[in-house]
Amino acid sequence: MKLEYTAEHQAFREEVRAWLKANVPAEPLQSFDTEAGFQQHREWEAKLYEGRWGMITWPEEMGGRGADLMQWLIFEEEYYAASAPLRVNQNGIFLLGPTLMEYGTEEQKKRFLNGMATGKDIWCQGWSEPNAGSDMAAIRSRADLSEDGMHYVINGQKTWSTRAVWADWCFGMFRTDPESERHHGLTFILVPLDSEGITVRPIPQLDGLPGFAEIFFDNVKVPVDCRLGGEGEGWKVAMATAGFERGLMLRSPARFQETARRLVALYKANQQSADEDPSIRDEVLSAYMDAEAYCLTTYQTACRLMQGGKIGAEASTNKIFWSELDQRMHATGLKILATRGELEPDSPDAGDVGRWLDGWLFAQSGPIYAGTNEIQRNIIAERMLGMPRK
Amino acid sequence: MDFTFSEDQLLFQESVRSFLVNENTPEAIRQLWETESGRSDALWAQLAEMGLTGMTVPEEHGGLGMSELDFVLLAQEAGYVALSEPLVNSVLVAAPLLAECGNAELAAEWLPKMASGDARVVVGLGINKLVEDAHCADLLLLEQDGAIYAVDPAKATLRANQSVDPGRKLFGVEFNSADATVIADGDTAQSLIANALNRGALGVAAQALGLAQRMIDLSVQYTSERKQFGVAIGSFQAVKHHMANIAYKLEYAKTPVYRAAYDIANKLPRATLSVSHAKLAACEVADLAAKNSIQVHGAMGYTWEVDLHIFMKRAWAFNSSFGTAGFHKQRVAAAILADDAPLGAGATF
Ligand SMILES: Cc1cc2nc3c(=O)[nH]c(=O)nc-3n(C[C@H](O)[C@H](O)[C@H](O)COP(=O)(O)OP(=O)(O)OC[C@H]3O[C@@H](n4cnc5c(N)ncnc54)[C@H](O)[C@@H]3O)c2cc1C
Repeated sequence: MKLEYTAEHQAFREEVRAWLKANVPAEPLQSFDTEAGFQQHREWEAKLYEGRWGMITWPEEMGGRGADLMQWLIFEEEYYAASAPLRVNQNGIFLLGPTLMEYGTEEQKKRFLNGMATGKDIWCQGWSEPNAGSDMAAIRSRADLSEDGMHYVINGQKTWSTRAVWADWCFGMFRTDPESERHHGLTFILVPLDSEGITVRPIPQLDGLPGFAEIFFDNVKVPVDCRLGGEGEGWKVAMATAGFERGLMLRSPARFQETARRLVALYKANQQSADEDPSIRDEVLSAYMDAEAYCLTTYQTACRLMQGGKIGAEASTNKIFWSELDQRMHATGLKILATRGELEPDSPDAGDVGRWLDGWLFAQSGPIYAGTNEIQRNIIAERMLGMPRK
Repeated sequence: MDFTFSEDQLLFQESVRSFLVNENTPEAIRQLWETESGRSDALWAQLAEMGLTGMTVPEEHGGLGMSELDFVLLAQEAGYVALSEPLVNSVLVAAPLLAECGNAELAAEWLPKMASGDARVVVGLGINKLVEDAHCADLLLLEQDGAIYAVDPAKATLRANQSVDPGRKLFGVEFNSADATVIADGDTAQSLIANALNRGALGVAAQALGLAQRMIDLSVQYTSERKQFGVAIGSFQAVKHHMANIAYKLEYAKTPVYRAAYDIANKLPRATLSVSHAKLAACEVADLAAKNSIQVHGAMGYTWEVDLHIFMKRAWAFNSSFGTAGFHKQRVAAAILADDAPLGAGATF
């Protein structure tokens, strides 16, 4: 064990910090759930790519730096500390990207990874259906192979697809064997959202913005070379993606450590009124310690992976831990803000409430998306502890 | 940066675990409860034989000269079997205190005997009020009025107390300072006491991790066998979620404990903060493990017959040992609410 950065890692941190200092927009971008904000974020992604900061863990020929996981964590720390814009293409770069590296053909990697890194192609994730949420194996949307074997014809509906409103591509699972049941007979397919027969219907979220959408497929033709992995192997491929999602990439610790830092600052700035409820101080301390613990455990996992280990059940422990932490931290923030806590950010008397209220609203979805926390608890009990299934 | 234990450290943990699980069984623990001293000389000799009692004793005094970090996984195993022999306190508190106290003569006299297992040295800090295992000590190192005294147990008065945990032996100790040797006072004593407290709290935290794991294992086993409504109760989601809640929190208590061990071993200034974090997180999860485990055991969990209470009671006792939650929260607050505290992304290491 050696809990110190090497000189090389320190130098890398300096390099990231300097670039971000010179390039992070002075004014925060608009929400990427607005059309203008989405465009701004796409431009930011392009700028990151130019600096070769788009996806640093990818190989150089794909626009990356071949960075190791430790460098990735350091990059994320600097990124959040610099308040750089959130990543509009995280479905692509963090989830589909690694899945493509594992299951994609050379052809597919060439075709898709670069556009993902530059922000030219923004991806959304099409898994959930109206009757297949937690029970993902209940998927019914169909993809039928054409007689000449050249393309799939897709019919059905996806829902809750984040950023589908303005995205360019969708990846998802479709039933290719109409006789099949549950997780058999599903295939992982990449679909251009401008294909004929696709209708995207925005769904406003708690903040009123269309953060996700329904996608309707009406005889949508997709060439077979858009299939990722073998026909009928969709479940296996999707599980790899889900592992990345709950595992390391989706939520790096820096995000929570910055929220904890802001929470400590908010508490100190309002200490007198905050201490009217003596439990608030305790919550602030816990927030700091839990964000720290999340960071420590992530570094431990990263070190293990770098030594050849694989992501296992910690994907599920991560998911519960960060989502609950995020909710608790924002709840405490709102308590400290007291009566201002209910004000919309642009209200004249709101002051510094904005990020806390936005963060609070978003935190309510953490225990739901990427597999609900109840499902993660089932996974932990059954696969990590070996408790009986039925 | 390397946040993993070495192959050697993990192998040693394995072998200590299998030894302890075989030797310090719940049956053996219950037998010891019935004895006057509650301690087993034979077990102590075996621990010494394995080199455990001398792990932190410097090599020139016949020990292995290893660090707190080398020992932390073993302390976890001591918790897993609710070991009552004063091994963890001896390795993490007494031996380092003697080695650092500046009284070369005392160190030269006692450290070799500690390493070989021939002597048990016990430390009593003001924060604990009562001294653990004073009855089986060959030498007492006691904090009193800001100084540390070496006391011959024969010249002290011991008052035995009953703990909720039958495996713990707690004593009120009185001694006449005229009959004792001052081994440190003033700032030196303060710093020795602070270090001893940190190491003791680390020892408790590491054992609490083991206790939590043991309670998970016992409960998973019980709920997989016990049937209601025609099926194993472990297949009910409410029961599973009780267990999953311990399991995921345990993951986030482990790394703070390992970081604290690293910080102590490397004498880093942040050790005060990291030890308090570790103690709070580990005791909290052990406490939750006790609460959820008794629940999933049903009335069985409320009995003397079922082994669960051996571990549950140790966890309850640990809550206030080497600093209450309140004490450690104050230390965390002092560190992170300070004006120049380094917080946020990138400030962890
Ligand atoms: C902000 C946000 C973004 C999202 N983005 C995407 C996206 O980009 N792409 C996509 O495909 N999906 C997305 N989702 C959908 C998300 O994956 C699903 O909402 C989630 O899997 C739960 O499914 P459901 O909403 O149908 O809830 P349901 O499955 O109906 O569950 C409702 C409640 O019942 C509980 N429950 C259900 N089954 C069990 C069980 N077996 N044991 C215990 N409890 C159970 C659940 O835990 C939950 O509490 C998003 C959701 C949100 C909130």
